[in-house]
Amino acid sequence: MDGPAVSVSGLVRRYGEVEAVRGIDLSIDADETFGFLGPNGAGKSTTINILCTLIKPTAGSARVAGHDVVRERDEVRRNIGLVFQDTTLDAYLTAERNLRLHAELYGMPRNTIDSRLRHVLDMVGLWDRRSSKVSTFSGGMKRRLEIARGLMHSPRVLFLDEPTIGLDPQTRASIWSYIRELRAREHITIFMTTHYMDEAEYCDRIAIIDQGRIIALDTPQALKASIGKDRVQIHTEDDAVAIAALGALFGITAAMSEGVVMFAVEEGEQFVPKLFSDFPVAIRSVNVARPSLDDVFMSYTGTTIRDAETSQVDPVPAGSALFGREARR
Amino acid sequence: MSAATVVQVRVPARSAASELRAIKILWQRDLIRYFSDKLRIFTSLIQPALLLFVLGTGLSQLTSNSIDGVNLRTYFYPGILAMAVMFTSVVSAASVVWDREFGFLREMLVAPVRRSSIVIGKCLGGATVAGTQGLIMLALAGPAGVPYAPTLILAVFGLQLLLTFTLSAFALIVAARVREMQTFMALTQTLLMPMFFLSGAMYPVTGLPTWLTVLNRVDPLTYAVDPMRRVVFNHLDISVETRHRLDPGVTWAGWHVPTLVEAALILAIGLVLLGGAVAEFSRSD
Repeated sequence: MDGPAVSVSGLVRRYGEVEAVRGIDLSIDADETFGFLGPNGAGKSTTINILCTLIKPTAGSARVAGHDVVRERDEVRRNIGLVFQDTTLDAYLTAERNLRLHAELYGMPRNTIDSRLRHVLDMVGLWDRRSSKVSTFSGGMKRRLEIARGLMHSPRVLFLDEPTIGLDPQTRASIWSYIRELRAREHITIFMTTHYMDEAEYCDRIAIIDQGRIIALDTPQALKASIGKDRVQIHTEDDAVAIAALGALFGITAAMSEGVVMFAVEEGEQFVPKLFSDFPVAIRSVNVARPSLDDVFMSYTGTTIRDAETSQVDPVPAGSALFGREARR
Repeated sequence: MSAATVVQVRVPARSAASELRAIKILWQRDLIRYFSDKLRIFTSLIQPALLLFVLGTGLSQLTSNSIDGVNLRTYFYPGILAMAVMFTSVVSAASVVWDREFGFLREMLVAPVRRSSIVIGKCLGGATVAGTQGLIMLALAGPAGVPYAPTLILAVFGLQLLLTFTLSAFALIVAARVREMQTFMALTQTLLMPMFFLSGAMYPVTGLPTWLTVLNRVDPLTYAVDPMRRVVFNHLDISVETRHRLDPGVTWAGWHVPTLVEAALILAIGLVLLGGAVAEFSRSD
């Protein structure tokens, strides 16, 4: 593919007074797997909806597979595959009929449909269930079928919006094995959003998005290395005193997170003995960990992704008037 | 399967042929869903059959079994023919509300096809389903005391298709706006019931009080019911006076509106509504 698979510049989307996306720039190479990471309401879905031509940007521009998402909507649509958070299958039809319907809607050449159908159903392990009605499928099977359908017309860019949300850990793992297999087999750019930090590790590069802005963008390894600090969590008799003491004795800014005192420090193992030497509060337990993407998120936003979600209410519906469940509420 | 054997597809640019394929598959989808739902076919026949056999037979008691030799069942029959397709067209369009609820609408809206193709496909699907319902009601002509004349069946069926097309387009506009199934049903029933009662499906439309005459002439359904009754009464063996009393025809300031004008009116309203539905579905934000 010539040029980047996705390029975005100065993208803004406003809903009345609320700015859901506040100026995003990024460029994604062909065959890259790119992760969009952030809490609910950070602007992930709005961005993906703009890239999929479902909503128009307020300002800025975006090109997908070399085509402008506003001016060349059809060109973009022909070249992308979509897997949304919520199912978009027709539950009354069989798996095969859903895929054939998709093939007809996309105007696929007739002589390619049968072989492509077999290929994508084989890949997600649903060939044997092709004649079953989708209403009989489990959540994981539906998601696999959606991925198969998104791939039917050989898109150059596949958008996966929270592909594993609402699935149990085993099913999540199996979905990921299909995605990895897909990367190995087809030349395809994958653009995915997630708020599972562990899943973001599978991406070639990730962008951390918070409150409508990209606050960090790099490979997962580079992002973790950039922190250079270990994460220490301590459980104490009096957390407030402990936080004050950490500041006074070591100049460390600590914060409460998920019920424990948390802070970042270089060479955590060496720090722990110093911590115990003359700390004013009894420490019940200590946990030192290498930086994870959670810590990356924490270091850029000052909060963990889970805390960010519980404190933040999605300010705007992610879809637009016609587009579905979010818009209804 | 190795990477080398993977079939890669190029989706060709949009063309008239690809739009037709999209229309066809959306039309087929409605048919598959309708014919796999036997209960729905059954329930949608209940109401017209009730009116025809229960109300028609019951009310006959008041009129010593007939009005000038015409059984009340026979009299109601054209109105029932219109009613059968009315409610089915609206229920078919309701599938758009379900499609939004269950997400399938998105799959259609992100496909590289024109919104007008989606609307036309849906409209034809609804019209075909309602047309089928209309055919089933036509099969009840015998028990209603109406002969099975081929010209009658063809003419009525044609009028039914026209009516169902227009009503489907109307219901699609509502469906594009309304997000909740309950709201959709309440809204369409609230609009359809007065339309049905005002249309003259149950009574002759001359000599009515002025207010009712005005409302009747404004009601688009009037112009579907009137020609249907004319076609049915053309095949009844009755006197000119009876015909005149029971099937007076719609007049505009004394002018008898001909069947073709009525049909053209329904078609014109249908096309305008279809345009409206396309506009509703094309609103991107």
